Amino acid sequence: MAERSFKKEVEKLKLGRGEEFYGEGILAVTKALLQAGVSYVGGYQGAPISHLMDVLSDAEEIMADLNVHFETSASEATAAAMLAASVNYPLRGAVTWKSTVGTNVASDALANVSSGGVIGGALVIIGEDYGEGSSIMQERSHAFAMKSQMWLLDPRPNLTSIVDAVETGFELSEASHTPVMLELRIRACHVYGHFTAKDNKRPEFTLQDAMENPKRDPSRIVLPPSNYLHEYEKLNDRLPAAIDFIKSRKINEYLGPDQGDIGLIVQGGLYNSLIRALELLGLSNEFGDVSVPLYVLNVAYPLVGDEILDFMADKKAVLLIEEGHPNYIEQELNMILRQANCQTSLNGKDMITDIGEYTSDVIKKGLVKFIETHQPSLAIDQTLPQTLPTINVPERPAGFCTGCPERPMFTAIQLVEKQIGAFHISCDIGCHLFSILPPFNLGNTTMGYGLGWAGASAFNKRAAQRTLSIMGDGGFWHNGLTSGVGNAVYNQNDNVLMIVDNNYSAATGGQNLLSSAQKHQNRSTGHNIADAVKGVGVTWVKTVRTYDLLQMHSTLLDAMTTKTRGPKVIIAQGECQLNRQRRLKPEFNKQLKDLKRLERDRFYVDSETCTGDHACIRMSGCPSLTLKENPDPLKSDPVAYVDNSCVGCGHCGEVAHAAVLCPSFSKVSLIYNPTLWDRLKDNIRSSLIGFLQNKAENRRARRLKNAGLL
Amino acid sequence: MTKSRISIAIAALGGQGGGVLSNWIVDLGQANGYIAQYTAIAGVAQRTGTTIYCVELFPKKLAQEEGKDPVLALMPVVGDVDICLAAELMEAGRAVNRGMVTPDKTTLIASDHRVYAISEKQDMADGRLKSEDVRTILKKAAKKLVLFDMDDAVLRSSSVISSVLFGALAGSDAMPFTRQMFEETIKNSGRAVEANLMGFALGYQYAKGDISKPAPVPCASKKISSPIMSRIEKLPEQSQALATYGVHRLVDYQNAKYASLYLDRLEEITNLDILPEVARQLALWMGFDDIIRVADLKTRAERAQNIISEVRAEPSQIWQVEDYFHPRFEEFTDILPAALGRSVLNSSICKKMFAPLFSKGRIIKTRTICGYLMLRFIASMRFLRLKSLRYHNENKNIIAWFDQLKKNMIERPDLALEIAKCPRLIKGYGETHGRGLYHYLTIMVFVDQHQDDAMLTSKVAGLREAALMNADGIEFKARLREYS
Repeated sequence: MAERSFKKEVEKLKLGRGEEFYGEGILAVTKALLQAGVSYVGGYQGAPISHLMDVLSDAEEIMADLNVHFETSASEATAAAMLAASVNYPLRGAVTWKSTVGTNVASDALANVSSGGVIGGALVIIGEDYGEGSSIMQERSHAFAMKSQMWLLDPRPNLTSIVDAVETGFELSEASHTPVMLELRIRACHVYGHFTAKDNKRPEFTLQDAMENPKRDPSRIVLPPSNYLHEYEKLNDRLPAAIDFIKSRKINEYLGPDQGDIGLIVQGGLYNSLIRALELLGLSNEFGDVSVPLYVLNVAYPLVGDEILDFMADKKAVLLIEEGHPNYIEQELNMILRQANCQTSLNGKDMITDIGEYTSDVIKKGLVKFIETHQPSLAIDQTLPQTLPTINVPERPAGFCTGCPERPMFTAIQLVEKQIGAFHISCDIGCHLFSILPPFNLGNTTMGYGLGWAGASAFNKRAAQRTLSIMGDGGFWHNGLTSGVGNAVYNQNDNVLMIVDNNYSAATGGQNLLSSAQKHQNRSTGHNIADAVKGVGVTWVKTVRTYDLLQMHSTLLDAMTTKTRGPKVIIAQGECQLNRQRRLKPEFNKQLKDLKRLERDRFYVDSETCTGDHACIRMSGCPSLTLKENPDPLKSDPVAYVDNSCVGCGHCGEVAHAAVLCPSFSKVSLIYNPTLWDRLKDNIRSSLIGFLQNKAENRRARRLKNAGLL
Repeated sequence: MTKSRISIAIAALGGQGGGVLSNWIVDLGQANGYIAQYTAIAGVAQRTGTTIYCVELFPKKLAQEEGKDPVLALMPVVGDVDICLAAELMEAGRAVNRGMVTPDKTTLIASDHRVYAISEKQDMADGRLKSEDVRTILKKAAKKLVLFDMDDAVLRSSSVISSVLFGALAGSDAMPFTRQMFEETIKNSGRAVEANLMGFALGYQYAKGDISKPAPVPCASKKISSPIMSRIEKLPEQSQALATYGVHRLVDYQNAKYASLYLDRLEEITNLDILPEVARQLALWMGFDDIIRVADLKTRAERAQNIISEVRAEPSQIWQVEDYFHPRFEEFTDILPAALGRSVLNSSICKKMFAPLFSKGRIIKTRTICGYLMLRFIASMRFLRLKSLRYHNENKNIIAWFDQLKKNMIERPDLALEIAKCPRLIKGYGETHGRGLYHYLTIMVFVDQHQDDAMLTSKVAGLREAALMNADGIEFKARLREYS
């Protein structure tokens, strides 16, 4: 069960010719795939294409009706290898993942498939996680296209252009026997807009046809001598074919006036930001009717030399708007100009910043510089907004959700470090990586998905302190079982791995995986992580419920200090709270309506006894554990306070116990639809306690009165 | 160039429903003759971080006349935002910093409430940023500002902040749509319609200025004449309120005699500048938190009322409470008579015998008769308090503190003030208390040993600040080395 359900939205995938589609980018991509007659789709989740995987999962029935096979691949490498189906058969296939990280994982298979080439259209839809909101290293997928010679589409970020690019991408792939990458930036994936739909197409040649009539062609396999042959094919046949196709189909666009002293070249994906910058300068209207010639690179690789020279020839200067580093396009444009001995001046990252996302504001500043240099006579609107003093606002680092089962793991690490001193912690990719941020501030490195334990493999020495590695269940099944656990067994590692077993691939949006507890009609789940770990040869394996902080603590302490040698694995179990709440809330409400007796727990802090030291917050960081004004007029420090988002996981109480904090935490259980017995008990208690409380209250009042205060 | 589109930026925190709000605005626009585009970044920002949503609307008729679609932005453009909605005060501030609010065009609709960031929450004292500074700039930054506590409106309407924002948007008249059109949008969405309409209505009224924050009711304090009150009235005026709180607290904590000890002590302070701080710290110190006090507070009727209102129990709903305690061996010996307590604490046999009883935390159900009586029994040990080991220790330190104050208050009043502030470090229970006390005592020893240091005043202040910087005391140790 994913974080967001698209069950309702996927109905839009059934729209037919001429009907207007309204929806998100990723939904539009799915529709485009169906319109293009795709046969198989695979991929691995991760922002910004997590929702694409979720849409595809929710659309499985619709796809099955069209005889399309969809699977959630075990990794990006698995997904990329799926494209092998298009090598021998006229099958259109698409795979998708987060890039560049996913493309890194996939590149072995991608290199193979692009060496041998395809006959069926092969499309790689990459969600480019670059710029604001990105959670990964800032790199470009462009490099992969260049090194393996795949073509890279970078369409304008509106649904019509994106949908067209999917269809064109397949055709380009087939025309040039080359896999095609379709790059979608984060915001384009999530953009809500509209386009005119076409009918869905059933693939004419089916997967069944291929399975029942296998074909083989050794010349498509990367082995000598074919591998040498492939290099000739790539340069002599496939590249020219691609360029012909791009030219003939006019995929790149010339916009604005035919003539001009200056011109602009832009990656398709940056088109909207450029237009807004031009509009603010008075060089475009709201429809993008620009007064400066514009060449839009909807294909970012390969570049079409003729088209570029055509555009450049009559101009004094051209500005290239290319996001990210290195500036591959700028380098190639300079080479094209040099070789053609064209004297047009080319500007790019010398005018616009060379680091970071190209927002309209960044582009606007570059445009002003460019115009002032090359055509100062051009009138531009340069009114700048009034500058205001900068407001001191707090950073908001990502953190664990309310009630997250991973929080106790890190509290336990804090407690163990207090006892035996600090140790090296190797992290992985997943929600648990938030431990490196406040308030836990734990973790030394992260080397990639599933590589948590591999990242500590050098520290395979006898030392006074062991190392701890952390891995999520997502990373574990992605490759951690072999690259981490298997590697540690084989190399007789003596260190400790903690695996977060929270039933979902939580960080990417709560998708199911092999060890999910939930039954799934189209997938096989319930495969135990402990069994897998034991299966590759680990003997020291302990499974702990994370919320049991005392046990979590003692198990970790034991693992870090035991005399037993060999790899040690702790499986920390606790269902992802975000998903748990999504599962339980409707159930709770239903039972509430059915008048079933229910209890709901939440925590409470006594303001009067709270010390205002906030150690509880430093050891938990739960969003629902926050501050409020100290009600005591003698104290100024704010007190801790549990807000109403508390889900009653109990961790703050456990922390108060384990770390001997303060007696301010209480669990309050609210009872709904009480039984007769509940009422009777409560009546007796309330009246007796009330009576005693009254007496105590009277004594207190008397004391105050006698002192002369009342 | 006049423009026809409406550009809207929404700044929210993960989980505040920025997506729902965006969808409503899209639906509102589409239902009333506009083309709509919206986008946001969903990713790690969803986990407690800041999320920015961008919505743009364009008149459909105009696009049809031109035969083209407008080019709309995928993120709020600096200096080109007509309406900015912020679901939290600091996020409104961040929006201003990012250029999403400009005085020439932006209507800023923001909630005045705070969701504290981890950096503010984890501070050992008070790390909250100043809201007033933000408000001052917001007023200058926007063409029109609608600012009110939407969290309060959420509580009052049992809805969510997105519906209050949507209501405030309608009430701000920043969009060419009627209230009815807005309400239709909520109704058509079909989810939690009633609650959302309630939140909407409140937001609308606030934005229209139909509701203003109820003025706080002034406390009508009744003048009481009694010997103790007349003693307080003899104190300088700026200390009277604090001394009154102090006396109240100590009578409540112990008895009238104990409160008059408090006043005796205050009367010894002849430097009137340090008196307010001494009055505050002394009251807190003399009313130190021990398990007797905790048991007393946890069994009061007033506490039950606090719980009910804070957890928002329904009227007459049955509830139970489990209190988490973890008294250590030390807290046990603390309440024994001083001599006995000390010998038990120092006896290894007793430690071996009793310590295991305190190795684990305990959960007491305070609303069961058994749990209540148990705590009441502990609370009733109040009459033994002034004989206890804990009292003995605290009192010894208070006397030493007073000696320092008296020694310095005339000749070195600045130093005396810094010393007066130091007991702030001693708070809480268990380890927190031990750590604070250790820092406090170290500073006192430092004061003793460096009486001739001309910089002593600023050093005391510096050490006190350092003690509150991190829990493991690294900063404190470093500063102590630096100063010695």
